Amino acid sequence: MAAYKPVVVQACPKLGEKITQDTLYWRGYKTPVQIKEFGAVSKIDFSPVPPYNYAVTASSRIHIYGRYSQEPIKTFSRFRDAAYSATYRDDGQLLVAGSEDSSIRLFDVSGRAPLRQFDGHTKPVHQVGFLSDKYRIFSGGDDYSTNLWDIPSATEIVSYSEHTDYVRCGCASKVNADVFITGSYDHTVKLFDARTKSSVMTIEHGHPVESVLLFPSGGLLVSAGGRYVKVWDVLKGGQLLVSLKNHHKTVTCLCLNSSGQRLLSGSLDRHVKIYSTTSYKVVHSFNYATSILSLALSPEDETIVVGMTNGVLNVKHRKPEERNEKSQKKRQPAYRTYVKGRTYMPKQEDFCVSKPVKRVLRKYDKLLKSFESSKALDAVLEPPIMLHTPEVTVAVMQELHRRGTLRSALAGRDEKQVNLLLTFVARRVIEPRFTPVLVTVADMITDIYQPVVGQSAIVDKQFLKLQEAIGKEIDYQEELLEVLGMMDTLFATFTEKRDTYLEENKSNGLAETMETNRND
Amino acid sequence: MVSARALRVVRCGGGALSGARAVFSADSKYLLCASGDFVKVYSVTTEETLRLMGGHADLVTGIQLNPHNHMQLYSSSLDGSIKLWDFMDGIPIKTFTVGCKLLALYTLASAEDSVFVVIPKKGERDTFQLVSVKLTKGAGQDLEAKELSVVLDGVGASAKQIAFGREGEYVASVKEVNLQVYFFKRKLLNRFSLRAVKTKGGDNQFSCVACHPTEDCIATGHADGKIRLWRNFHHKKEYTYSALHWHHDIVMDLAFSMEGTRLLSGGVESVLVQWHNESSCQKDFLPRLGSPIEYISMSSDGALCCTLHTDNRITIINSNLRFSRSIQGLIKSRDVKTGLVVDPRTKALVMNGEPGHLQFYCLQSDQQLFSLDIVQRQYIHEAGLKQSDLVKVAFSAQGTWLATVEEREEVTDPELELKLWFYEEETQSFKLNTRINTPHDNHITDMCFRDMGELEDDSLILVTTGRDCVFKVWVMVEDTDPEAQQSVSWSCDFVGSYHNYQATNCCFSEDGSLLAVSFEETVTVWDSVTWDLKCMFCHPPGNIRNICFGRLTCSKYLIGATDYGFLCCWNLLTCALEWSAHLNIVVLQPDPLSEHIAAVSWLSKESSLFVFKPNEPRPIYIQRNLCKEKILLAAFVPRDEPETTGSEKYLWLRRSQLFFLTDTQELMTLSTKPLEERLTPSSKQLAVEESLPVTPFSLLLGKHRRQQSQEDIDLGKLVVHNKHEQASPAVKELLHTPAHVLPSASFLCPIFINSLLISKENKSTEEVADEVEMESEKTEDDSDEERDVTEMEQEDTSHMELLGEMTCKLSKSQEKELRKIRKMDYSWISAF
Repeated sequence: MAAYKPVVVQACPKLGEKITQDTLYWRGYKTPVQIKEFGAVSKIDFSPVPPYNYAVTASSRIHIYGRYSQEPIKTFSRFRDAAYSATYRDDGQLLVAGSEDSSIRLFDVSGRAPLRQFDGHTKPVHQVGFLSDKYRIFSGGDDYSTNLWDIPSATEIVSYSEHTDYVRCGCASKVNADVFITGSYDHTVKLFDARTKSSVMTIEHGHPVESVLLFPSGGLLVSAGGRYVKVWDVLKGGQLLVSLKNHHKTVTCLCLNSSGQRLLSGSLDRHVKIYSTTSYKVVHSFNYATSILSLALSPEDETIVVGMTNGVLNVKHRKPEERNEKSQKKRQPAYRTYVKGRTYMPKQEDFCVSKPVKRVLRKYDKLLKSFESSKALDAVLEPPIMLHTPEVTVAVMQELHRRGTLRSALAGRDEKQVNLLLTFVARRVIEPRFTPVLVTVADMITDIYQPVVGQSAIVDKQFLKLQEAIGKEIDYQEELLEVLGMMDTLFATFTEKRDTYLEENKSNGLAETMETNRND
Repeated sequence: MVSARALRVVRCGGGALSGARAVFSADSKYLLCASGDFVKVYSVTTEETLRLMGGHADLVTGIQLNPHNHMQLYSSSLDGSIKLWDFMDGIPIKTFTVGCKLLALYTLASAEDSVFVVIPKKGERDTFQLVSVKLTKGAGQDLEAKELSVVLDGVGASAKQIAFGREGEYVASVKEVNLQVYFFKRKLLNRFSLRAVKTKGGDNQFSCVACHPTEDCIATGHADGKIRLWRNFHHKKEYTYSALHWHHDIVMDLAFSMEGTRLLSGGVESVLVQWHNESSCQKDFLPRLGSPIEYISMSSDGALCCTLHTDNRITIINSNLRFSRSIQGLIKSRDVKTGLVVDPRTKALVMNGEPGHLQFYCLQSDQQLFSLDIVQRQYIHEAGLKQSDLVKVAFSAQGTWLATVEEREEVTDPELELKLWFYEEETQSFKLNTRINTPHDNHITDMCFRDMGELEDDSLILVTTGRDCVFKVWVMVEDTDPEAQQSVSWSCDFVGSYHNYQATNCCFSEDGSLLAVSFEETVTVWDSVTWDLKCMFCHPPGNIRNICFGRLTCSKYLIGATDYGFLCCWNLLTCALEWSAHLNIVVLQPDPLSEHIAAVSWLSKESSLFVFKPNEPRPIYIQRNLCKEKILLAAFVPRDEPETTGSEKYLWLRRSQLFFLTDTQELMTLSTKPLEERLTPSSKQLAVEESLPVTPFSLLLGKHRRQQSQEDIDLGKLVVHNKHEQASPAVKELLHTPAHVLPSASFLCPIFINSLLISKENKSTEEVADEVEMESEKTEDDSDEERDVTEMEQEDTSHMELLGEMTCKLSKSQEKELRKIRKMDYSWISAF
């Protein structure tokens, strides 16, 4: 004897974006806060220590923002010209910045005036950073040179002039205090060791390098330039691991998330793409209003800060975790009841009576089980089901049609219900997955309620809406067929003639045409 | 010796269980059931077939317990004989030949030596009469029973349309809109009729009748689903009736409980309805029994009831209307759309089962292995409702993948669904992997997997052909996303067509390199790697009906059968017709293990079988007139071990067995062995198993208790009891002494065993004599009614050893009986 089988709701995979763990994770941000800066935001850097303030470099100022503040909590504005690349030291105490006037300034985060000033570059300095021993600074300038500075004495330790174009980006290794990399517009990324007089490794990126990044392990190097993001294996002598081309304009900034599992890239094409660092597939992507110049992610991925070319700073905070556990707990039985009898082992002479498993049925299933068609239809026409899960409504309609009781379920409804039904049908009938069922439903409704047309203005309006929707859909399909015909002709001319060309591959859709051509 | 044997057509898959009402044995331990030409005995607790009693030459139409001896069973058959069986031993006691078709059988306790049967009236078609048959006493097994006396004329042909009332005082018969009640004592016939006009869409025709066991009340079922309860029918005019209505379709059967307080009814809805106290407000339901209920029967103690369903199933139900267990035979659905498919894993025959299910039927053990729910939707039991059903099934070579197509006939366009199932080792069942909605725009005509044997994983390809003029190639795609739930799914890879003709059949060559697809009149051959069209064959006029590739040494041949009655063989190397034959081939089936191909032709009301190798046009084996019915489907099932027939002629049957299904849903096979060899082993084995007592200890205890209770009543056996009394103290002591004061077991053992030996010898001699007396004279002995079955068994086994020493101490009358017994046939003893 079989139990009642619930209605099968067709789960159609949604076209386009698939809901994955990543999508859910990256969607968990609040609506962004927009802050207007004085100029294009060229660099954003988070302080590595709590409370995770971040320094934003825009035009001739460096603003430091607190975690939730919308006003800067501190400003460094002692620059005559544009400031570049304000970067925190590992302990969050010091901040270094290059500038258009070719000098590098070192600030105490709590102070105002620069502690040190390093002069030696002859052109603007776009990239400065601390080495991981905290006592040295590396810098790259538009004079093609890469310099290393000693903080206590404010003197130059070594200067490399190996690049043949502007040096615009760099990154220090976290594992080795002597190693850092720089990327330049001469299409190369160079790896330097402070202990040697020349670069250790040169990697050819192929495009002007806009941003470079070293993985925390120091083994992998990511470079961005042109439309490409490339990942290199440093330990294998700079072998190309993977080349990603997911943006359609220059990629300007790179960033790793706190766990190191995801790589983020921002581009002038207004997108931030998130890659998995295991498969190097795009797992999520954000869309912004204007071209992106800089990007930073706070520890624990609490905040995403994006700087744009129009000087807007876009700050997204993570939504707090769901707090409804408390209300759930209330309903649960006490722990004692929960574990009661769980550990009891039946003795040999015990007669075991198994408790029948209670199957929970949805409301419409219960009604269908007792053959109450009209009520079952009512149950799925309730707004929450109808709006959010139209597939359930359609599945029940289909089941009623299979049982041959759809007509009687649809009949005998009042103005309000007919209105509701027609709204649903008119809205969903054009969706391909619902069309076969809803066309039948629409047919039946028109049949049943034909005699009362003209008695209610609301219903009449809905009928007109339905007609309009179907008319539009027909026009649209006709247009699509035309396009398909055009494409078929195009593909036919592309296909090379072979002597054994006997088959006639009739294609029903675009996808199949592509398929066939691939196989040819 | 071998060459003399002819190939026989053997019916297999069990007969239809729904031939007659099932009967419970008096102790409700066994269920007796008519199954085709046989009567089957099932154990109620284990659902196992204990006995298969064969002897009738045609369908068994009725079985009833002998009211005077509950160990005996009457059965009637269309071959015109009534047989009396001892169903515990499975032996026929007597055969009464009546001489005309018997359509139903009834027995009455009050009728001394006659039974009632329904026979067709002589000289008139479609009129039947209820007659009582006097079962003549006489020596010998085969007797003539020609003393017929007509009780009622113009009765229905079905056993459900006649019922005997309280203590056999009257008989009620229904036909069309008439109810007849005949009172035996008063010799009075009352007729009642309902209006024939269909009032309010109702149909007043009677469908079945049942009588209240203690009151004067008749329940009748009607075609419109009503149940009427008739009372006061002694009077012609003042009769009354009340109606109960729940069924929306015809009431198929009715049954009263033993006390008459409950009435059970069932019908097409496959819901068992229980009515309390004949009121329509109090009723209980047991829904979703799977298929329409054909018969309902109650056990005599009222603890169990069983329903027989149209799909060859028996459901046993507790008295509190709880489903207890079911016995499932081969489900014979009206239309086997899926064809006969062999599961490569279990070697089971796979075909349509319950609606929307796939049944796996094991041919060796003759039982259903399991039923796989394919459609996974609630089936509504309603006549005339079109619901999704399974139409095509295909297995991959190793049985790891299963593809199914289900469709629902619609006015506009059919609702099609293609499902792919993966066999999971852990759960040992198929799991749904991919579901494809509307794989084709029109009906799918054929489907096949590419059989690549061991290279299965990445080379697996599924091809479907449809009436929408295309064939589609489906391939497995691996999901590269590591976080996805399942690693593989199926998607369309290629769509091919040929001149906008409907694609009808498809078939892969043995090595999987070529695909043959037939488009109406043409067979096209495609390369399975590049999907290029390689060549075409046709044999006009006539559409291609079947195609298949040759195997092993004959793999260069392609065989096709056309509508216009041609069987053609094309050579793939020369692209030319090798040979053709003028035969109307219905079924073309290649043997998967050899190069033989079986073809079944249908010509002028007979089916013929041809077995041939593609490389020679002369068939290896021809059997004309295989059977009278049209053969619809056939399948080769690989044997577990090759059969050792020396005959050259039947070499093609060595490695696989050919099964075929006719349009009357009979599953048949070809066998070289004689009938006895096939049947005996299983029944013998069961007999031995069943006669083993549960434990000797419980048997002993049970005997003692019974004897004590009988002591007061049965004075005649006092001597025996006294003897027991002498033996029992040893046992009593053993049982009642606390365990810690007993001596060691080795000391007690001989005493215990000795006590057993004495008691058994004395008792069984006496009782066997009693038993024999009872059987031959059929005297009513109430004390025997109480006897346990296990006891009976034991006594029967002791027959043999005791026969020799039964001579001197018996009285004259007993000696007379003994002589009678000697005349009886004891050949069955050799079976033990």
